[in-house]
Amino acid sequence: MKLVAVSAGLSEPSSTRLLADRLLEATRRHLETDDGQEPVEVRVVELRDLAVDVANAFVTGFPGARLRAAIEAVTAADGLVAVTPVFTASYSGLFKSFFDVVEPDALAGKPVLIAATGGTARHSLALEHAMRPLFAYLRAVVAPTAVYAASEDWGGGRDAFTDGLGERIGRAAGELAALVSGRPRQATDKAGDKAGDKAADKAVGAVGEVEEVVPFEQQLAALRP
Amino acid sequence: MQFGVFSVGDVTMDPTTGRTPTEHERVKAMVTIALKAEEVGLDVFATGEHHNPPFVPSSPTTMLGYIAARTERLVLSTATTLITTNDPVKIAEDFAMLQHLADGRVDLMLGRGNTGPVYPWFGQDIRQGIPLAVENYALLHKLWREDVVDWEGRFRTPLQGFTSTPRPLDGVPPFVWHGSIRSPEIAEQAAYYGDGFFANNIFWPKEHFVRLISLYRQRYAHYGHGTPEQAIVGLGGQVFMRKNSQDAVREFRPYFDNAPVYGHGPSLEDFMAETPLTVGSPQQVIDRTLTFREHFGNYQRQLFLMDHAGLPLKTVLEQLDILGEEVVPVLRREFAKDRPAQVPDAPTHASLTAAATAAAATETSTTV
Repeated sequence: MKLVAVSAGLSEPSSTRLLADRLLEATRRHLETDDGQEPVEVRVVELRDLAVDVANAFVTGFPGARLRAAIEAVTAADGLVAVTPVFTASYSGLFKSFFDVVEPDALAGKPVLIAATGGTARHSLALEHAMRPLFAYLRAVVAPTAVYAASEDWGGGRDAFTDGLGERIGRAAGELAALVSGRPRQATDKAGDKAGDKAADKAVGAVGEVEEVVPFEQQLAALRP
Repeated sequence: MQFGVFSVGDVTMDPTTGRTPTEHERVKAMVTIALKAEEVGLDVFATGEHHNPPFVPSSPTTMLGYIAARTERLVLSTATTLITTNDPVKIAEDFAMLQHLADGRVDLMLGRGNTGPVYPWFGQDIRQGIPLAVENYALLHKLWREDVVDWEGRFRTPLQGFTSTPRPLDGVPPFVWHGSIRSPEIAEQAAYYGDGFFANNIFWPKEHFVRLISLYRQRYAHYGHGTPEQAIVGLGGQVFMRKNSQDAVREFRPYFDNAPVYGHGPSLEDFMAETPLTVGSPQQVIDRTLTFREHFGNYQRQLFLMDHAGLPLKTVLEQLDILGEEVVPVLRREFAKDRPAQVPDAPTHASLTAAATAAAATETSTTV
């Protein structure tokens, strides 16, 4: 089982990355308790390292090798944790740009946990007003609890009105784990696809794994007046 | 195998001098490039079609007709002719006329066009791009093969008793290539008709085009036109050469860095690693181009993009000299090696006429 976090934090170390790690770890614990046997593989995609590749993908129209690998990891994940700092009342531009170069239907049905960080708790609804609609558009299945960590949350506990960061991380992770467990595993034979591509690369005129296509008679028939 | 050049026809500032050619200079430069292509022994010149600045070639058959009158041997083609927004009746007429004027030295490449506003400017809807390509070509195909056409479709006024004139030269329509950057539907269309398939192969990593061409080859065989290896494949390529590869890189870099399509993005080196662009010595271009056959199979037509991004005409003509003198003769020799006998050459008017005559003879003998 594969869990992947996308972290759009920019500083080093980054509280966005820290939140991503804690969410991943909490989700992994839930899954390993629930499932027992199947090991959970976790991976973090740091968008800071891919910032230039993302910009180049916009300019050239295709993602380079490093960015392709990150996109493949995200689309092949059984569950996704998406964490951004809040910039100018919304997700960061880099965060949005990364999801702009992912194919629009690649995340359909994928369980996603959304989270954000910021200097003040006043930005927390950016999760509900910006981040959740983005993933709704991509037809992902977003966990009900979104986790916002303001600077003060890293040093504070619960108060009379809200759970502390730890409890919220636990609740959100439980929800993501439940969504991930409740759905069939992402096909693990991406390696098979690659082997097919390679074979097509090598073999002259070979017919390997190819695109699906609507037979031409059907395309014509659909147009008859 | 055929070798040639294709031009986008962009009017772009030369980033090393700050000078932008006029439209008139660019149109004339395209003609000069086509004449040079014949002079240095290339087989094909293809022009793009655009309906917005900074591009000049809005009227390809006008340009190709002029070039036809000034050349003897060169095959005149397009890259691409917009099958979505041009009236298929006008395409049938224009290219048949060109075919007569050029004594058959004509084929064309159909494409959908990727400039959003061109669709509404010509009264169409970009969301109907694929259906337009399917229906318009079905009509074009019929207009060239049936003398009197009754036709009704979704996108165009119906035709009753219409004859497209002039009829194709010797009753043989120009060969058609279908160009596509992303759509498997177009590979399927090319396969269905037994037409050629051209992969632009310039801006994207080759894996993408390997998938499209594999699909085309498989479906070409499915529709009974031959084996997958006999399907008619064309590829684009993009090169810049100097005797020493360091000189090529140094001279081309400002053009690359400021190129309208991919400039201000990845480095020249990264782009060369990810796409088929080759900047270096003639030998490097030969080596890289020969790898295309390993990836895509034996193919029929190789077109190079040589005249974009503001490169001055003088430089482009020097590039064509190198291409014609040092690169293409070697490529012809090397590609001919180990090429299975059953892999056909690109169809020409002569080969298509001979095939039609042979088919007619067979038909007569079986009916008698």
